[in-house]
Amino acid sequence: MKIALKVNGEQHSLEIADENTPLLWIVRDLLNLKGTKFGCGKAACGACTLHVDGEAVRSCSYAVKFADGKKVTTIEGLRNEEAPHPVQQAWLEHVVPQCGYCQPGFMMATAALISKNQEPTDEDIDNNIINICRCATYYRMRKAIHRAAELERDRLSLSTKNIENGEE
Amino acid sequence: MNRTAFLLFIFSLVAFYLIGSNNEASLEAYEVISEEQRDSLTTERAYEQVMNVLMHPRCMNCHPTDDVPKQGMDRHPHYFGMSRGKENKGFSVTKCATCHQEENNLNSGVPGAPHWSLAPSSMGWQGLSRSEIAQRLLNPETNGGKSHEELVTHMTEDELVLWAWNPGVDANGVQREKPPVSEEDFKKAVEKWFDEGAPIPSK
Repeated sequence: MKIALKVNGEQHSLEIADENTPLLWIVRDLLNLKGTKFGCGKAACGACTLHVDGEAVRSCSYAVKFADGKKVTTIEGLRNEEAPHPVQQAWLEHVVPQCGYCQPGFMMATAALISKNQEPTDEDIDNNIINICRCATYYRMRKAIHRAAELERDRLSLSTKNIENGEE
Repeated sequence: MNRTAFLLFIFSLVAFYLIGSNNEASLEAYEVISEEQRDSLTTERAYEQVMNVLMHPRCMNCHPTDDVPKQGMDRHPHYFGMSRGKENKGFSVTKCATCHQEENNLNSGVPGAPHWSLAPSSMGWQGLSRSEIAQRLLNPETNGGKSHEELVTHMTEDELVLWAWNPGVDANGVQREKPPVSEEDFKKAVEKWFDEGAPIPSK
């Protein structure tokens, strides 16, 4: 089966032998984007979280055929060191990771959260950020999520002002 | 007892056991309706068949009365604190579709079907009796304004409803249990019950 998908802004056309191959393996093994991690393989831990058309999905349990024609964003596509995404900035400020293995999944889930909700309550975080961290960095993570939302609010506010002032 | 009579006796015992255990196995798997029974399916029997399916965990797990989906034959609360959310599809970011796609995932064991979601809260059945469930099912105020005809279509054609007979494997690769009535017999029972006006037995 031929699959066309845009990953981190780059268009790919892939010949896939098994259309039920998890998207995770396509991203990691075919596209060599190793930031997205394999954790449980049962859509339970969230280490493999990435975005498909802006929605967070568990890529270990997402057949690649469902991604055909869609936009995929992985942790590598969030942003970069020079211009970090609010989530990346907040994670750096709060030195969130310990071993770090699960963090890309948490960060992608958080990026999806603050794209829809720039003022998440603790309850919103409890409901939506349900990934698993064996190092138990949850306390720092919660602070970083609130900080990421704050940074996103600032960014949106600045964008609005720029538009009002006729700037790009 | 001569040798022939003894062998005949042993053979009879074995044959009796095999026939008996076969019947038992098929009864465990399905409440089989024979051709004759199907033709003469009574309204009461049709109602029983329908309710036997609706009260099975494959159906009941997504018809909670406490907004929490259930999992497994023991009907435990869905892991990870998942709940109904505003539109019966989970929370704003972590929603049903975060894990559940349009078909079963045989690699991960995550079940899936089109429009995977909880039934609306007005169609919560958990903890209700058969007649109470039937009343909710038939009442347009609780069933989303559906007529009998629309209910038949929903119950016999909706892919999420019919997923109950294609439930896939669980996270350990074990086949999920299907409802105690076959898909074909369920559809016939639904049609029969609604053909007769969908009466709810008073007992």
